Amino acid sequence: MTALLAQQGPVIPEFERGSDCVRENGQFCFDWFVDNFGDVFAPRLVEHIELTAIAVAIGFAISFAAALTAYAYGKLETPFAIFMAFLYTIPSLAFFQLMVPITGLTVTSAEIALVSYTLLILFRNIITGLREVPEDAREAARAMGLTQWQLLWRVELPLALPAIMAGIRIATVTIISLATVAAYIGVGGLGQPIFNAIQSGFKTQFVAAGLLAVLLALVVDGLLVLVQRGLAPWMRATRA
Amino acid sequence: MQTFTDAIQFLGDNLQLIWDKTVEHLLLSGAAIGVAILIAIPVGVWLGHLHRGSFLAINVSNVGRALPSLAVISIGLGVLGVGFLNVMVALVILAAPVMLTNAYVAVEQVDKDAVQAARAMGMQPRQVLLNVELPLALPLMFAGIRTAAVYVVATATLAALAGGGGLGDIIVNQPTYGPEGVVAGSIAIAVLAFATEGAFALLQRAVTPRGLRKRGEQVLLEPTITPVTNP
Repeated sequence: MTALLAQQGPVIPEFERGSDCVRENGQFCFDWFVDNFGDVFAPRLVEHIELTAIAVAIGFAISFAAALTAYAYGKLETPFAIFMAFLYTIPSLAFFQLMVPITGLTVTSAEIALVSYTLLILFRNIITGLREVPEDAREAARAMGLTQWQLLWRVELPLALPAIMAGIRIATVTIISLATVAAYIGVGGLGQPIFNAIQSGFKTQFVAAGLLAVLLALVVDGLLVLVQRGLAPWMRATRA
Repeated sequence: MQTFTDAIQFLGDNLQLIWDKTVEHLLLSGAAIGVAILIAIPVGVWLGHLHRGSFLAINVSNVGRALPSLAVISIGLGVLGVGFLNVMVALVILAAPVMLTNAYVAVEQVDKDAVQAARAMGMQPRQVLLNVELPLALPLMFAGIRTAAVYVVATATLAALAGGGGLGDIIVNQPTYGPEGVVAGSIAIAVLAFATEGAFALLQRAVTPRGLRKRGEQVLLEPTITPVTNP
């Protein structure tokens, strides 16, 4: 439906006072982008970061609890993983729409779907990270008289940190990607200008919103690599 | 639950529609996967053979994974306009990096002893590549193609937003098909993604040299979203 609208020809916003480039619907009108960044894109960028941060934070809390439970009671791992994999296979475009009858055109609807997508990635990486802790380290810790709880928090989790951070990194860029689709149910974010451009056919808006989302993903990915290195300095030697 | 049973009903009542959209979906995904293979595999294999460009070959998939799919399609809409070509190009951009990295790593990490033995037997570099490195690299290379293929089939859903057709058309047409259509479309896409995964897993097994079968089977069981311990 929406795609058909775009085929009917572009509807250029601000027809009278636009530059030549805007009037001719050029591929990327830098002047329009600069003029409209504050109104059109900056608020959407902030919304996008909020959507992502909330989803990853809640997703991490749930999968951390699930992973620790599954680590302690091994039988639970498969059912958890199957449920999370099921959520992961739902196409995003459908997931957002299916939440609407239940929770409405709200951020809650978007977040439920986004959180669901983080679970499998985070759960897998946390539990793999814990599993890959060397048995020697565990034994040494036990020999030093650490309780089960101390073993977990002082030995296993710190050693699993690189894997956990890698999971957070993959989950975050995945959610940045999926959050653009969330705009389909009108919750804002950088997908909003994309969907508006599908209605209007305004090329600059397509390119600008797309580039901003790509840039956001790459910058956040880079920042998380730095955090990962800062938190686990001992990994640097093995990286090289 | 009601919607779910309605969706099953919907699938039964609209077999022709589902079939047509599935064919569209597969044509789009197949074209994208094909083009991505043609671009990424030769480059990855060549770099791996030369043991060069590891920084580029490995980081390209980190960048590729970070690219938001709808954003890439959106840029494509601005540059190439609405339709099949735009979506296909976007899917190629999303699929090629994983394939390239896997092809590179697959060839690069082929047992050095095997390569040296081949050279000692008087094989030319070309023969080493074709007769030793490639067969040994095939399983891991196919793992990359498989991951990318499943990703492409799932992401091709977004094509509906950009006039590319496919099963996404049913999902974005809630006014016409109702919520049961949305669920039915999702089921169809999930089934298609699993079928793709299965088909490529079989293909991967078929190309695995007999001597590597045991290890190949482990690769088979490996899930599509493998945790990355040290990216």
